[in-house]
Amino acid sequence: MGSSRRLRLIQLVLMQLLIAIIIIWCLAPFYWTVITSLKQANAIFYQPTTYLPNPVDMTSWRVVVTLPRFQGALINSTIIASSVTVVSLSLGSLCAYAVARLRFPGKNIVLALVLAVSMFPGIAIISPLYLQFRDWDLINNKLALILPGVTFTLPVCIWTLTAFFRDLPRELEEAAYVDGASRIQTFTQVIGPLAAPGVFTTAILLFIASWNEFLFARTFMSKVEQLTAPVAVAQFEGADIAAATPWGEISAAAIATTIPLVILVLVFQRRIVAGLTAGAVKG
Amino acid sequence: MNAVPAHPPVRPSIRRFSTQEFLEARFALILILPAVFAIILVAFYPLGHAFWLSLWKINLRFANTPWVFLGFGNYLDVLTDDERWLNALRVTGTITVTSLTAEFILGMVFALVMNQAFRGRGLVRVAVLVPWALTTVVSARMWQVIYHATYGVFNRILYDLGIIGAYKPWIISPVFTIWAMIGADVWKTTPFVALLLTAGMQMIPAELYEAAAIDGATAWDRFWQITFPLLRPTLLVALLFRMIDVFRMLDLPIVLTGGGPGQATETLSLYTYRVIFTDLKFGAGSALAVTTFLIILCTAFVFIKVLGAPVAGSEAEER
Repeated sequence: MGSSRRLRLIQLVLMQLLIAIIIIWCLAPFYWTVITSLKQANAIFYQPTTYLPNPVDMTSWRVVVTLPRFQGALINSTIIASSVTVVSLSLGSLCAYAVARLRFPGKNIVLALVLAVSMFPGIAIISPLYLQFRDWDLINNKLALILPGVTFTLPVCIWTLTAFFRDLPRELEEAAYVDGASRIQTFTQVIGPLAAPGVFTTAILLFIASWNEFLFARTFMSKVEQLTAPVAVAQFEGADIAAATPWGEISAAAIATTIPLVILVLVFQRRIVAGLTAGAVKG
Repeated sequence: MNAVPAHPPVRPSIRRFSTQEFLEARFALILILPAVFAIILVAFYPLGHAFWLSLWKINLRFANTPWVFLGFGNYLDVLTDDERWLNALRVTGTITVTSLTAEFILGMVFALVMNQAFRGRGLVRVAVLVPWALTTVVSARMWQVIYHATYGVFNRILYDLGIIGAYKPWIISPVFTIWAMIGADVWKTTPFVALLLTAGMQMIPAELYEAAAIDGATAWDRFWQITFPLLRPTLLVALLFRMIDVFRMLDLPIVLTGGGPGQATETLSLYTYRVIFTDLKFGAGSALAVTTFLIILCTAFVFIKVLGAPVAGSEAEER
């Protein structure tokens, strides 16, 4: 009796320890970047480095937040990611509904196409897309990122929504048909409202994915005022280009770019996990 | 008079059903058309175009340099006489093997913990989602600061713990850099693997564990006899997508190490990108790109057709 209780206690302690390790593992680099962004410029170069910013100094943040090209990058990313999300959802929800609910020949071909796109290396089509967009005069135009953004978020969109549509009770649609509703009415008035939570979850996933896109953004945008946030962070040299590497400002820029995503994660953690695994793991 | 009816009674119902079927199919095709169109226009058509470009010698460095048709010459060059491609293949292979091994072992441990009921699951979920949601470029910047040769906290911690005798230049040393990069990759992707595996574990019926417990199976046995085999489909899907991600890996090396020192961390995608946009050799670069695509295609084929990874859409749908 006593020994089994002790075993349980050990198990409990071990479990808590593992939980602590997981949390520290995930957050430590993030924490360190926050700390670095809050240090005084010279304090970053202390040897050995210090674990706490003392005193806390907001200079790096002030510099980054007031930097026009960085503000512009955040705005660009917001516009592009929102557009991609809306367009991808519109196309994807129609397709997902058909896949989840309707019988049609060639369904497997459609699914194979979608699957293939999810595995597409962006690099495989970057040279033709570049030449094409150059010919169409789309370099430094947001459309050059929205178009491929939509295509490459469609697989996640279609899979996640298909999983959500499948979970909806079929009886409701059948009742709607019996009441004489047309297919389109059924889709927009019965399925639409019911699927809203799933659509919303999918929207979060798509927004995060397109916010984080780097390859196309780096290639198709060359003007400083057209850069997206990830590219701006990648190329961040600080306000004063001649100065030594401004690690404080780089850290602040990195965190600033991430704040929208962290807020989404904090608020919608349950939905994100559900959405993330709905498409990938078949129930 | 009691002859068999001229029309078997099922006939009209079949007819009506197929009209309905036709309408349903037509409606479905209208619904899928926009998405399929987007996919073909921005993914498959450019892929074909990339293949076309790969047959030419194209140099955009100088305006009006004529294109020279090479046929499969670019591919021959890649396969027979390209040290840098072999190096990139080696780098990508090393990352695939080590990074995936570490991620899946760690991810399994995380998942086993996260699958338990405990207070504060929400906190763990948020913590796990942070590295996943972060932009890779941002994480690369973060690790640059952490790995810094003189001011980096990584050096300080290892030094204070007595693991290293002197600070090391983690991301500018030919020896350590690839491992430092793998470390950053494992940090960012382990949570994703853990989330997928947790989802897979939650689909395993609890009765199996109860029955095993009655039979007196230890936790170790339960893991290897129940969890692991039933998790196989999830594991295969996660492995496949992670492998493909490594073939696509470009943002992490481009920011963290610049592919260096030398070409020590130049992945396949990064090498291809540089041939296209640094050397401006669009033909040779497209050949590299198509080759990368073919490698991914073969990998996916092996996983889906040979190993039976149940990727969505890889099997006939149930209805």
